[in-house]
Amino acid sequence: MTKQQVSTEIQATAVAREATAEVIARILAGETQLFHQLIKPVERGVFVMLYMLLRNETDAEDVAQETFIKIYRNLQNFRGESKFSTWVLTIARNEGLGWLRKRSSRPEEPLEPVLDESRGDFTPALLTDWREVPPEALERKELRDCLGRAILGLPPIYRDVVQLRDIDELDVQETADVLGITPGSVKVRLHRARTMLQKELVPVLKSFAPATKRGWFGRRV
Amino acid sequence: MKIDCKHVWQHISAYIDGDVDAALRAEIDLHLEHCEICSAVLDSTRNVVVLMADARVFEIPAGFSDRLHRRLDSVLAEGAAGG
Repeated sequence: MTKQQVSTEIQATAVAREATAEVIARILAGETQLFHQLIKPVERGVFVMLYMLLRNETDAEDVAQETFIKIYRNLQNFRGESKFSTWVLTIARNEGLGWLRKRSSRPEEPLEPVLDESRGDFTPALLTDWREVPPEALERKELRDCLGRAILGLPPIYRDVVQLRDIDELDVQETADVLGITPGSVKVRLHRARTMLQKELVPVLKSFAPATKRGWFGRRV
Repeated sequence: MKIDCKHVWQHISAYIDGDVDAALRAEIDLHLEHCEICSAVLDSTRNVVVLMADARVFEIPAGFSDRLHRRLDSVLAEGAAGG
């Protein structure tokens, strides 16, 4: 990214933050209906985050509704130090973890097994040729299910960063803020998560790649 | 400095995100020119990243947004935000 692109992006972020701050100020001043507009861009992110945590659509939807009600009632606490979406996702995550804790038979124990991050095989699947699977292939439910299962099957600390960085498209700092970890840890975990997914999905994805055309002498073209 | 395959794999994710410095990027690019394994690892990893970012992988349930906003309407009717 060039310096000019970085500068343009920073300006765009500042404008977006100002616009969000203005909408929030108006909601707090009594224009409550604007809350619908405020949360539209983050609805999907909140649902996906909760679905990944709770692994059940109905529960994720219920907790998402409670999350947005909580956000409305606590809107005055948003200070604008982070992006609104980061603040919302942090609250959603805490709501989801709280929900899991309440339903856990041993609430005093950690919800997720503590993972030894120094261990694990993070070697990618080795291959000599890759035929790209185009996004159109996602029209096939089997492919969507394969990807969903692989992501949900990641150890939670890796699944979290994949969700925030690659699915919600938060930047490294925002991801670190939501998860309460360092930017360095976000990068390490994301790298490992992507490698694990590549390793698991490469053999599966091959069958979804378009058939290659054969040229003269049987060479692919 | 000439880098080997393992070194390239360690930086694949950062490379995809454009988060490697110019010198390392040049080294990796040079390696990729003659290493078909690392090229295929990079292409397949990038392909996985693009596919899983697609909104169709995790679809929100039909009517989710309508139900949410209806529920919120009843809360909004109770009074001002922050209360």
